[in-house]
Amino acid sequence: MSASDHLIPVVVSKVVEVNSIIKRFEFKHIHGNELPAFSGGAHIVVEMLDGSTKRKNAYSLMSSPFERGQYAISVRRDDDGRGGSKFMHEKVEAGMKMNISAPVNLFSLDLRARKHLMIAGGIGITPFIAQMAQASELGAPFELHYAARTAAQAAYMDSLQDRFGDNVTCYCDDAGGGPDLAELLSDQPLGTHVYVCGPKGMIEAVVKTATDLGWPAAHIHFEHFLSPPVGQAFSVHLAKAGIDIAVGPEQSLLEAIEASGTPVNCLCRGGACGQCETRVVTCDGDIAHNDHWLDDDQRASKQFIMPCVSRFRGERLELDL
Amino acid sequence: MSESLIEESILSRPTYGTLAIAPGLAHYFVADASGAECVIRVAQAAPKGFMEKVHILYVPTPGENALITALYALGAKRFEHFPTIDDAIARLGDWLADAKMGSQLYLAGTEGLIGQAVAKGEECGLDHTAVQCEHRGSLARRVQCVHCKTMIEKVTTQPVKCPSCDLLLLVRDHYSRRLAAFQGVCINAEDPTEEVEIREVFK
Repeated sequence: MSASDHLIPVVVSKVVEVNSIIKRFEFKHIHGNELPAFSGGAHIVVEMLDGSTKRKNAYSLMSSPFERGQYAISVRRDDDGRGGSKFMHEKVEAGMKMNISAPVNLFSLDLRARKHLMIAGGIGITPFIAQMAQASELGAPFELHYAARTAAQAAYMDSLQDRFGDNVTCYCDDAGGGPDLAELLSDQPLGTHVYVCGPKGMIEAVVKTATDLGWPAAHIHFEHFLSPPVGQAFSVHLAKAGIDIAVGPEQSLLEAIEASGTPVNCLCRGGACGQCETRVVTCDGDIAHNDHWLDDDQRASKQFIMPCVSRFRGERLELDL
Repeated sequence: MSESLIEESILSRPTYGTLAIAPGLAHYFVADASGAECVIRVAQAAPKGFMEKVHILYVPTPGENALITALYALGAKRFEHFPTIDDAIARLGDWLADAKMGSQLYLAGTEGLIGQAVAKGEECGLDHTAVQCEHRGSLARRVQCVHCKTMIEKVTTQPVKCPSCDLLLLVRDHYSRRLAAFQGVCINAEDPTEEVEIREVFK
């Protein structure tokens, strides 16, 4: 059972070209019903039917949690990716019918926080747009530090500064670079929670700097971009089902398992939530663990795999499914 | 050195560790006379420059001066002493109100002091993982009478008579972090004439 088993039929109500690499998509329920409630930081899974290929990608909701009439997501085009973002950019138009999952939140605000310190890199801005709407409605103090490569690629920078004023500080690599993390994280009132979403290096830098300064782990929140990497094709034996399945270069193992009709748990589809953790029966080869869930010992044991993002290279992989 | 002698009990009954320096921008210590030795031990083993980030609050035993002198000599950035735990905890609240993320709180001494400082830290937004406690000295308990809500300090007997409502209370291991107190529940509610022997057990 997984959130994406109960899909919600929606119609694409609007497609907006935000800049040369980012498009915003808005969805309304096909019958105009209210969409499920969510909180800032939640994501939905969008089902993409691209010919015979079915993809399911997760995108953070950027619309206000107080606005249930429609959802909005932003998609950054990645020409080296598996084709999901390319499909969204090239094939999805206003008026098109699609299916989305109910929202799931793995990156929610900790409402005990005295202050929310948000650090965004690039398209990592999207969950914060919903979170800021929530924090500002709740009257909770917040501060956003938003870094992008160039001003031209910095989606929503101007509108966020207009909407949230001094709560928003922007940085561009072509104009001096990102925030001084040590300075920023050394000067936050007790009870502050920090949230970071952006490139891997940025997340690691924030987590390390905060930890070294003595921030408790429970006050540090992060979300990696949720997207399974491409790789070489491989085949897998599903022991309980007694079948062999082929995983295509741009397909995730999870998608291949789903396509075979074999039941498998999942939620975030991005290696973060832990729902799809699967036991490995035999592994003659190497697992590319791309998740943020398993610990080092579990990885080294070759006894577990997260099918949503991880891949295999070798002679034989047999899973307990 | 007198180590803590707290026996394992139900989950709610706090247990305590040994103070050790954690990474941090500022380090706040609160101790009473029985815990002063722990502060001195940590300070003497500390790396160079550590004391410049240290703030100490101390509750001495009345009339005692030697430990005040010893703690003062550690050279902390701030050192203040107060005659009562309540006064010291109130001051801790003032200090933490201006504190930044990256602060660590170290508590040493009796359970009453530790419990109230933990509650104050939480009230000020300090995560429980940024608080370390080392128990020293008496096992006397701070008890709340669950019937009339009176706080009874330094309880050493089992049961204890509530000074406010006169009920005879069984001192439970059930501990409230919010109140920083053990729960005292009437021990002879069904038959108030029943005599129960009062013994000194929390020494």
